[in-house]
Amino acid sequence: MAIRERLSGNEAVAYAIRQVNPDVMPAFPITPSTEIPQYVANYIANGEIDTEFIHVESEHSAMSATVGASAAGARAVTATSSCGMALMWEELYVAASNRLPIVLALVNRALSGPININADHSDSMGARDSGWIQIYAESNQEVYDNYIQAFPIAEDKRVHLPVMVCQDGFITSHGVENILLVEDDEVKHFVGTYEPEHYLLDVSGRMALGPYAVSNYYMETKRAQRQAMINAREVILEVAGRFEKMTGRQYGFFEEYQMEDADYAIVLIGSAAGTCKAAVEEIRNTTGKRVGLIKIRVFRPFPEEELARALSAVKAVAVMDRSEMFAATSGPLGAEVRAAMYQAHCTADVVNYFYGLGGRDITVADFEAVYSRLETIAQTHEVTDMYEYIGLRSAQPEEV
Amino acid sequence: MADIKIYDRINEQSPWQDITEGNQIYEAATSRDFCTGEWRTSTPEWSQEKCKQCLLCTPVCPDSSIPVTAGKRADFDYDHCKGCGICAKVCPFGAIQMREGK
Repeated sequence: MAIRERLSGNEAVAYAIRQVNPDVMPAFPITPSTEIPQYVANYIANGEIDTEFIHVESEHSAMSATVGASAAGARAVTATSSCGMALMWEELYVAASNRLPIVLALVNRALSGPININADHSDSMGARDSGWIQIYAESNQEVYDNYIQAFPIAEDKRVHLPVMVCQDGFITSHGVENILLVEDDEVKHFVGTYEPEHYLLDVSGRMALGPYAVSNYYMETKRAQRQAMINAREVILEVAGRFEKMTGRQYGFFEEYQMEDADYAIVLIGSAAGTCKAAVEEIRNTTGKRVGLIKIRVFRPFPEEELARALSAVKAVAVMDRSEMFAATSGPLGAEVRAAMYQAHCTADVVNYFYGLGGRDITVADFEAVYSRLETIAQTHEVTDMYEYIGLRSAQPEEV
Repeated sequence: MADIKIYDRINEQSPWQDITEGNQIYEAATSRDFCTGEWRTSTPEWSQEKCKQCLLCTPVCPDSSIPVTAGKRADFDYDHCKGCGICAKVCPFGAIQMREGK
């Protein structure tokens, strides 16, 4: 039986950690993810779990210790945000290339500078090339569900890659919502016992981990790592299928909301999807215009073909980025969605928006304006400015 | 499979499908089998006559290339000596001379 609760996103992740009872959790506090290790430390102090909590002196050490624990054979987790993950940079790549199935709870927060503690995706988007699987959430329920699914994905033999379970700082991490929790024994059964095939503390087997690879080996090693990311596609869907059997809640690479007959679509990641859905309902109910939303759940591996298929019949698309990548062109999601559509010969016009940087609010009215802009673009086929902002103060008049 | 050395299975011609996850090596002490001494550009030469067997040279060798048996050093392990010259610097008796080349 599902347990009805009301929890913040951070509480939901900590609750899931209690249910999984991982072997080791090295962590260092940083807003807005601090509560996760704090709540876990409470569970440990109360004797509810026997996770070895390591108090480290920095996030560099947090990820190093997580890598070490995982290499030793432990189920190892950590949590961080923003500059904390930036300090983990070197080890993020080490974790992925050493094929360690670590699960990282990332509470998305803007990267400095200017220093800012609020939600945007610059931290995880910056790490998009590090070789981690990235799963994003709209709500606290999704954060909880994604976190539980992360273990069987990461630990699957076909994958063996670390997973970043992302949620929007404060919006979901501190916002309290109704949530359906899975029973402890069901979670334990779902994630199973972690039994690595090769690990450093295995007294019966000898191994060396992370050896130097000269140029004669490096490229082949990277190709093999890419295969793990390719394999992750089927594993993510298999795990989602098992999760649906357990909970009835359905997950895929992305959620298609009112997309069956949509002429105009927005593509985005994270909590803003809730606001966008309200706009979709409002527009459909008042004008009958066929608008829809695609909310990306899995950004790594990138669901290129599936996205292009989902967008094949629309007339115009707005891809919304909650982080800069300073290409002086698009944001990261904008670039990749556009590339996917080009590859599939999609004919829809595409516009790319920056929104919500550093926690800037986005409203139902903002999304309505975007849909209205898409309608105009679809009629005129004139995308005068492909890269736009929502809610940006400007001395010149903006399109939106 | 456990009995076959990993570098018998994987070499510089191996296709990517054969590369182990993260280049993991499921054996111990494999470094011994790689003759890294070929990196050397200058070579230490040991004079048995001048050597007093004080053994100051052995602990400073970064590559454990000065074998010691029953309290006495023998000639260099040139398969692994990289010619750094620390042993020559530390020898109080001039029993180790560095020579240009391998």
